[in-house]
Amino acid sequence: MCLAIPGKLVEIALDPQGVRMGKANFGGIVKQVCLEYTPEVVLGDYVLVHVGFALSKVDEDEAARTYKALEELQQLGELDVPDVDDPDVDPFSESPPDRERIRPAA
Amino acid sequence: MKYLDEYRSEELANKIVAEIHRTVTRPWVLMEVCGGQTHSIVKYGIDRLLPNQVELVHGPGCPVCVTSLEMIDKAHAIAQRPDVIFCSFGDMLRVPGSDGDLLVLKSRGADIRIVYSPIDCLKIARANPEKKVVFFAIGFETTAPSNAMSVWQANKQGVKNFSVLVSHVLVPPSIASILQSPQNRVQGFLGPGHVCTVMGYREYEPLAERFRVPIVITGFEPIDILQGTLMTLRQLEVGTHTVENQYPRVVNRDGNRVAQDLVNNVFEVCDRKWRGVGSIPKSGYKLRYEFREHDAERIFDVKEIDTQEPANCISGLVLRGVKKPHDCACFGKQCTPENPLGATMVSAEGACAAYFAYGRHLELHKQPTDSTAILSAA
Repeated sequence: MCLAIPGKLVEIALDPQGVRMGKANFGGIVKQVCLEYTPEVVLGDYVLVHVGFALSKVDEDEAARTYKALEELQQLGELDVPDVDDPDVDPFSESPPDRERIRPAA
Repeated sequence: MKYLDEYRSEELANKIVAEIHRTVTRPWVLMEVCGGQTHSIVKYGIDRLLPNQVELVHGPGCPVCVTSLEMIDKAHAIAQRPDVIFCSFGDMLRVPGSDGDLLVLKSRGADIRIVYSPIDCLKIARANPEKKVVFFAIGFETTAPSNAMSVWQANKQGVKNFSVLVSHVLVPPSIASILQSPQNRVQGFLGPGHVCTVMGYREYEPLAERFRVPIVITGFEPIDILQGTLMTLRQLEVGTHTVENQYPRVVNRDGNRVAQDLVNNVFEVCDRKWRGVGSIPKSGYKLRYEFREHDAERIFDVKEIDTQEPANCISGLVLRGVKKPHDCACFGKQCTPENPLGATMVSAEGACAAYFAYGRHLELHKQPTDSTAILSAA
């Protein structure tokens, strides 16, 4: 219910009632978005959209910083034997039906 | 898709999981607050990547699940009126009331429509001036700005035949309620990322301090959830209890002030009854008096409906993290998504429905679900 997904703004315009609206592209699907709560956004920005409303601009710098910190995790304990290689806890050894796998990064 | 695919990386997930295994030395019970997080956890099997000592229990953050039976019955009473077009998010259509659900009413001829956004209801209202268009305004703080805007615009544009049946709920009072319960086992929280996109996380700081629990505001993709889990576990292992933000790409401490202002203009805080949990003081929103002309409860006079919950449904305990779906004798038997007894089986974000959707009802005998079993096995 609190589902919100990032989309790229491809259009900004006022609707006939004067409400700031736009269109966002979600990986090929373009939908109308109300932009009243994100007055700062411009074309090309990524916005987080929930039930047709942009709630926030996605902060590219913060996204990059978090991701970089995560990627550096491995240097912390490379020599430790991670339990994930144990077949009992291997996430992908016994997939229940229809479970979606965590995919390789695009 | 940008900002989604990179947060589903298997390689990165394995790194974080390995780090979690290195971090954990003792048993811990964490709760993910939001139903969207529950869905991701079960969908990707994240709980099964964690060390045995770490138990994830599922929180109350599914607004479809916690909408009270009284409110569902009020919705049904309004939706059955011939002069009404009743609009709702799709999830609410199959929630059982005391007598059937909205889909059953639709099959009997009620004009019930699914909308993507509450603002779409204004178009429906303008196109049907002879009808009363009612939107079932449920949700947490994430959805409040959207519902508030629909009322604000209806008022501003003079759309008099639009009203909302409000059943809004708020996260911080529910966290306090869980932590105050004598049955509570939760030691740390993955906080609700999208609620905090709107509200910020200042109001979680006194909770973390008062109850001495770490709260990590967390996103919804597998990498987000694993990182939030790692951050929470690191705090637990060293004995700190602060609010941290795993999800800074959309959440900041203050939240979206523009949205908060409009929400506060349209709504005011009220006591709210939660399905399966009971009444929690100051845990909801209702319309302010100035917007009474858009208040469906007032317009249709549907107060005081007496209701009964099915006696054998434990969804209230599941919503508070006291029980897991497997602990229910009805789970996957009498109670399925096609024939749900309680709300946690209805919404895709309810813990019972998520467990069912990803096949966990087929493994009833393989998985220890009682926390004591997990803890003693650890």
